[in-house]
Order: sequence, then C-alpha cells, then structure tokens
Amino acid sequence: MKSYNCVVCVKQVPDTKKVTGDAMKADGTINRAALPAIFNPEDKCALEAALRVKETYGGTVTVVTMGLPAAKAILREALMCGADRAVLVTDRKAAGSDTLATSYILSQAVKSFKPDLVFCGRQAIDGDTAQTGPQIGEKLDCAVVTYLEKLEMDGDTAVATRDIGTGVETCRATLPALFTVTERFGELRPFEMRRVMEFKNAEPETLDCAAIGCEDGRCGFAGSPTSVNKIESVVLAGGEFKEVPATDEGIGGLVAELIKDHTIG
Amino acid sequence: MKNVQGEVWVFAEQEDGRLSDVPFELLGKARELAGKLGVKVGAVLMGSGVEALAKPLFEGGADVVHLIDDPALKVYRNKAYRHAMVELVKEVNPQIAIFGATHMGRDLAPSVASALRCGLTADCTDLQIGDYTDKKTGEEFKNVLMQIRPAFGGNIIATIVNARNWPQMATVREGVMKPLDKEEVRSKKEEGEVVRHSAHLEGVEIPVEVLEIVRKASTVNLKGARIIVCGGAGVGSKENFKLLHDLAAALGGAVGGSRAAVDLGYCEHERQIGQTGVTVRPALMISCGVSGAVQHLAGMQDSAKIIAINTDKDAPIFKVAHYGIVGDLNVVIPKLIKAIKTKG
Repeated sequence: MKSYNCVVCVKQVPDTKKVTGDAMKADGTINRAALPAIFNPEDKCALEAALRVKETYGGTVTVVTMGLPAAKAILREALMCGADRAVLVTDRKAAGSDTLATSYILSQAVKSFKPDLVFCGRQAIDGDTAQTGPQIGEKLDCAVVTYLEKLEMDGDTAVATRDIGTGVETCRATLPALFTVTERFGELRPFEMRRVMEFKNAEPETLDCAAIGCEDGRCGFAGSPTSVNKIESVVLAGGEFKEVPATDEGIGGLVAELIKDHTIG
Repeated sequence: MKNVQGEVWVFAEQEDGRLSDVPFELLGKARELAGKLGVKVGAVLMGSGVEALAKPLFEGGADVVHLIDDPALKVYRNKAYRHAMVELVKEVNPQIAIFGATHMGRDLAPSVASALRCGLTADCTDLQIGDYTDKKTGEEFKNVLMQIRPAFGGNIIATIVNARNWPQMATVREGVMKPLDKEEVRSKKEEGEVVRHSAHLEGVEIPVEVLEIVRKASTVNLKGARIIVCGGAGVGSKENFKLLHDLAAALGGAVGGSRAAVDLGYCEHERQIGQTGVTVRPALMISCGVSGAVQHLAGMQDSAKIIAINTDKDAPIFKVAHYGIVGDLNVVIPKLIKAIKTKG
C-alpha cells in the first residue's frame, strides 16, 4: 500500500481572544511580546489530518513554521503529538512579510521536503485572512482543496469532502495536493506521554531563507505588496440608551413604542 | 502594470447558474469607486451556459460583463478558475478587482493574487478611494484603494493599501455593502456590453475532479431577516435558547447567536453573528445575554434598532443599544412575548 509524505504548515499566533488593550506598535505591526503565544487552532486540525493519514496509510509528518525562535514551542508540541520532523524557518529577511511573501517563503521550504500532501489550517486567528494556504498551493502548482472536512486516500489521489458554504462538495484530487483544514475536521489528539519526555527540550531544525533558495526581493517587506496605511483601535463611544425597567409596564411601553414607529407590526 | 484608466472589477460568483446577493452588493460599492475614478465597472462572469446572467449584472450596476463561458468552468475548481481569471487580468488590466469573502471568493482571490504577485486584503468591511504617502520613501500615490478591515480578532480596524503591484485586490464581507436599486440603475444607464473571452484552458491539467455537491437547504436566513433575536453565553443552556425562538416566532423574526453561544453548543454555527459569522443589519435586533465582544458588535452594530437584555449593566452591548433592559432574560423575554401577543 502506498504511504504518504505529509507536510503541515503551522503558525504561532498571539491569543487574540485575550487582547484587551492596544497591542499594536506605531508602524502598524503587532507587538507579539505583549500577548500569550499559542498554536494556531486550525493548524492543530491540519496536524491532526496529517497524523491520521500517517496512522492509516503510513508515511511521515513534517511540520514547518516561519517565525521567531520562540515559535519552536509549537514545533515541540507537534513532535509530542506524533510529528516526525519539525523545521523552523527563521530569518531577519522574513520580517514584515504579508501573506504573499509568507506563502513564498513557506512554499520554498515545503518544496524542499518533496511532499505528497500538504496541510495548512484554514486561517490564523491573528489575521483571519485564509490566504496563505491557497497561495502556497498556487506556488507549488498542485491541487488545492480548501475547507477540508474529511479525507480518504486512494493511491495517487485523495478523496476529499469540503465545505463550500452553500453545501458540501466531494472531490478527487490528484497528488501532490494541498488542503486547508477547518475545525470541523476534528481536534488534535493529546500529547503522547512518552513523547512529552522525549521532546520537551527538543531543538527543531532551523533554516534561513537562503537555505531554501528564496530570492531576497520576494521576502519580508521587499516582497510584500500590501502596506498598512492606518490602524485604529476599536473604541466604542459610550452610547446613550434608553433604560427600560424590567417590569410589565416598562416592557409593555417599549412594545407600544416599537409598534408606533412601525419597527414591529 | 498600473493602469489608471483600468476598470473596477467585481467577480460575479455563480453556482448552478444562479447569482447570489454577493455580486450585487459588490457592484453597489464598485459603482461608487468607479464613479470617483471616472472609469467603468466590469463584472467577471465565469461558468458554462451562463450568458443569461449578464442582464441582471447590468441591472446591478455593471457597465461591461466579461464573460468566460467554458464547459470546464461548469463547477468551481481552483485551478481552472484561477487560470482563466489570471489570463483575463493580464489581457484587460483592471485597476481594482473585488471578490466576495465567500468560500469561493476566499479560495479564488488568494490564488489569483499569488499568481499575479499582487497584494490582497481579506474580508474588507469598507473600500474607499484616497491618497497614500509611503512613510518610508515619502512617495505619494493618488487615488488608491483604501482597504478597510477588522484585524487581530476584531480589536483593531486596519486600512491596507497596495500602491505598487496592481490590480488592487480585496475580498469583501457578505452583507456589508448595499446593492443598488435596479429600477434606478435601469433609468440612468445605457445597456451594457458583453465581452467574450477564452478560458485559455487548452493543454492545462486540472488536478481536481468534483464528484458530488450536496447543497444544504438554507434553513437560516439571517441576512434577509427584518427582525433578529440573538442570544449569547448568558442564555445559559441550549434548552433556554427555545425562549429566543419563541420570541422570534412572536415577532416573525430569525434567531442568531454570538460566537460564545455557538461554541457552547447553544445554537448552530450557521446562526453565528459577528466577525467570523454573518454581518447583519436588521430593522430590529433583540440581543439577549450577549456581553458584546467587539467581534460580535462588528457584525450587528449597524442594526437600525437594538434592544439589549443583560443582567450586567456594564456589559459592552449596552454601548451600541438604543434600548437597554437590565434584568434576567428568563423574566424579561416572557414579558416581551406577552406584551407583543396582547398588543400586536
């Protein structure tokens, strides 16, 4: 039976659910140091997809991320869950990359691993763009299947079920193929105790942009066509609302008012 | 190459030969942008046997419909649509291309931007034309597309520009832009022009075959609802959500939920209102036990009237409310239903 080499692209993200104040720097980039850093939730689902393929059909799982050395933390987590290899792409030249430059750098790394299957989380919770996955796929010029919910392998093809918003599509993709995985695929399995001990101090491999053959002009600020013009914090003006007492009279009066101004009929 | 005379494009997404509301919402905004720039609005229509859809697009505000009709485009597939779209951009050279932030748009737009090596901003809630000065080089750019979107979990609003690598591309949230009035368009505008283009798919291998599509009957139509009753974590249980359904039924409205309510399993995912759900602007929003995280407010604060019911008088939801009831929704909702049934 055929086995599959899987690559999973992951990202360490600031936990945006915990943002309260202003975690932005003056130049419009994020002050990541001010926030707890976590394994992007849907990237965990992408890892789970790869681990299931390995479990069922055999093969390997390589996890790759681009980021600062601190991102090694999520690579260790991936190893503890069952990944075989973890690689960090880190380089000053990558600083300020938008999705186009990020997808270029990651695609160069992914190409060097010669995968059959590539998995990305649908989107990261810091940007919510869902762009990097399809953009890596375009650069690999492979089959691109977004919003993956289910996957079965069939020789040199994959039969995938994906959410298309207005329904559910089943398609057959010829390998190599890239998938973006949603939370509906399933949760990442827990750490294996044995692997926790083995990998808690693991040092993942580190590569820089030159090592994966990136052209400087396509990385970082230089390779990013978009720029942030302005950032505004969302501050809601204290609105003035009419307080309605929670009594029969109060609520009756409110309903009468809504009927009178034709809001309800 | 920057083409300041280039058209403003809307990707007119269709499925099974039907256009959703999205292309019409985008056309409304595209007309405004094109008006400021003094250029034409183009709609890009791709599919198989879809020429009849050109007419509604003209009525929606398009001056030109760029039609690519090819059997290989019958159902959406990333590679086929991407390839055809990229060739079309190279041929016609628009200055702006906007897509709905739908599943299809969020699949296609990044792929096209990647192939063209141009910028793309996801999930915009507004688009404007303005001038931009590069803070590093001091270089000035006139009449560029200001792409406005919530970022960082909705805690900030960012304005993104793509001043150099055109076309300027963006996806736009569903339900945010307003379609034009068809009658008004018809009275002001001449009949548009259909321009046919090739998909350029000869010899191109498409690595995906669609085996089956099961459409789900849309049981929830939040975008179209005039009245919405929306519940949050404060509803307390799935069983208690029934109260909200009762209130909605009494008003002829729909039921929505905050992300917290969806995550807790109180209501279905398709009912989610907010940044990662649906954006709504009903005539009346009754918000029950919703604290009012910015991500949620972003998706509902343009409602014409907002009634907030919450036990916590300091909950942020009251900042966007027109009427506030500080109290237990288990007491307040039955009183509301009773008042509606007796007076309505």
